[in-house]
Amino acid sequence: MAELSYRDAVAAAIAQEMERDERVVFLGEDVGGAGGVFKTTVGLLERFGPRRVRDTPISELAILGAAMGAAMTGLRPIAEVMFSDFLACCWDYVANEIPKMRYMTNGQFTMPLVIRTANGAGSRFGAQHSQSVENWAMAIPGIKVVAPSNPADVKGLLAAAIRDPDPVVFFEHKSLYATKGEVPDGEHVEPLGAAKVLRRGSDITIVALAAMVPRALQAAEILATQHRIAATVIDLRSLVPLDAQTLLAETVRTGRLFTVEENPRLCGWGAEISSIITEECFFDLDQPVVRITTPHIPLPAADALEDAVIPSVQRIVDEVVRATDFRPRNSHGL
Amino acid sequence: MSTSTAPPALPTALALKTQLALYRLLVELRYCEKRAYDLFLQNLIKGTSHLALGQEAVAAGFGHAMEKDDYTFCTYRGHHHTLARGASMSAVLGELMGRECGLLAGKGGSMHLTSVEHGVMGSYAIVGSHLPIAVGAAWSAQYRGTRQAAVAFFGDGTTNIGAFHEAINLAAVWKLPVIFVCENNLYMEYTPIRSVTAVEHPAADRAAAYGLPSIIVDGNDVEAVYRTALAALGRARAGEGPSIIECKTYRHSGHSRADPAKYRPPGELQAWLERDPLPNYRQRLIADGVPQASLDAIEHTAMAQVDQATETCKASPPPAVATAFTDLWADGGTAWRN
Repeated sequence: MAELSYRDAVAAAIAQEMERDERVVFLGEDVGGAGGVFKTTVGLLERFGPRRVRDTPISELAILGAAMGAAMTGLRPIAEVMFSDFLACCWDYVANEIPKMRYMTNGQFTMPLVIRTANGAGSRFGAQHSQSVENWAMAIPGIKVVAPSNPADVKGLLAAAIRDPDPVVFFEHKSLYATKGEVPDGEHVEPLGAAKVLRRGSDITIVALAAMVPRALQAAEILATQHRIAATVIDLRSLVPLDAQTLLAETVRTGRLFTVEENPRLCGWGAEISSIITEECFFDLDQPVVRITTPHIPLPAADALEDAVIPSVQRIVDEVVRATDFRPRNSHGL
Repeated sequence: MSTSTAPPALPTALALKTQLALYRLLVELRYCEKRAYDLFLQNLIKGTSHLALGQEAVAAGFGHAMEKDDYTFCTYRGHHHTLARGASMSAVLGELMGRECGLLAGKGGSMHLTSVEHGVMGSYAIVGSHLPIAVGAAWSAQYRGTRQAAVAFFGDGTTNIGAFHEAINLAAVWKLPVIFVCENNLYMEYTPIRSVTAVEHPAADRAAAYGLPSIIVDGNDVEAVYRTALAALGRARAGEGPSIIECKTYRHSGHSRADPAKYRPPGELQAWLERDPLPNYRQRLIADGVPQASLDAIEHTAMAQVDQATETCKASPPPAVATAFTDLWADGGTAWRN
């Protein structure tokens, strides 16, 4: 095990895969010479050369279109879209072209490509550089959606995304880039579509994604020590494929599910999960599913405002306590 | 029509074999497209369709010039390009009719004709979307060190969308083996292209912005298109980078099935019918001494092929409903959860 930052795990995953597969190429704005505006790809140009690590103009349509054309003709491209907000600039490729080509052509193509993008709030960049848009991608049939919460998962899940024969949008969280964690030595690949139970408690279940995962874990600690509420915490890790079975099993065990979502409320990923839980284990529930989300507003820039609207540790604690009005389910008499 | 660059160094007269191949393609594309129109009137083709009647010389000229492993990327007006690369008439008409025998087994439809085995890497229904994709295929060819070239066909309207400019710029910067072929048929859907474009030649006049020569060709002259295609393909294979070619042509019918094309000024269609690529090439070949019987035979054979394809399609069942749930993912399925 070595300690790596979330940011360095990105380059480590790309390097691992470029090393083993000559078909892997990488393109994007400022990704080569500059090493990425978030310094996530430092050293790749020097190690693999300008033939495989390509700086592009500010042309999101050309970046994703070129990645798609390369994927259709034998390469395994990784395309960086600098901020996930900019996916809107090349949405035709994300929504219309990349995910539909295999289906429309009755299986004539595979589309092994990865769109890496920096998602989420915390940098005080305002409404067009801070959004969490994983739910946009989730709404499209034909594209996989992955969002890691820690350096080991960055490396393992990005490697899996690069090896996957289907297109993957890989949401890296800007506010996690500086965080550190243990990453297994040697080749590290994690399967896509497997949620991870990070903590087990018998009273409630919290499911979170990306930067909301560490917040959910902190909230669980406070709930345990200050409110005597034992929480299970699930890191969802990927929205598509969705590990619904883990969600169902962990919800049935506690009877209470909370989602912690950074995306704005309407049609956030928790809505789909709430729907699945309600349809498939309604009679095992002790209360309605509670969604803790960013309100349905554009993100404000000022730190005081941004902090007030993104789900915080305290808000998670408060919502859980309020919603459960707590009498511990498995501790009668308390 | 003029070409502002030096004409390609080719023999002044094409071999008879080449001429007959070009004529055969023109005839096949025309007859098959006309049949598509007839099948619409019989309600055997549903949905929409964008006919290329009048524009066949562009597809025939390029189709014959391209090597088997070159890549074609075209638009929703792409029946002619798909056929020109060798896809069968029954596969094309079957797809239009939504039958099991269709090129995509009914899952794509008229606007998405694709035949990877023939190098037809898709027909794209979002204007301009395929230009960056063609750039990617050319990048891949360059990376893999093959001699392949990618050719993207598009209409005049595409020259005003961002993807056109992003694609050509990147192709020029990376010196990619890609050819951008504008079929300027004078109308952006229902609107005259000149009324919405700042320059006279919507594609050729933009070439200078990317350091590329301005090339204009008579898109109704199949031999002129063929020669221009060979020159651009040669440039691509020699590592000299992309080309932009503007083919001046005209569509005989409306934009789509829904469009009777009433916006055209009186006499315009008639004037262009006099420049119809098909009869004009026929007359030219006869004047060159090609026996009329050879041309008659090509026509009879093509008509028999169209008739045979039509019968094949009519006999083909609709696709099984279960196929709607296949091939979203590479594992063949559509599951998004466990």
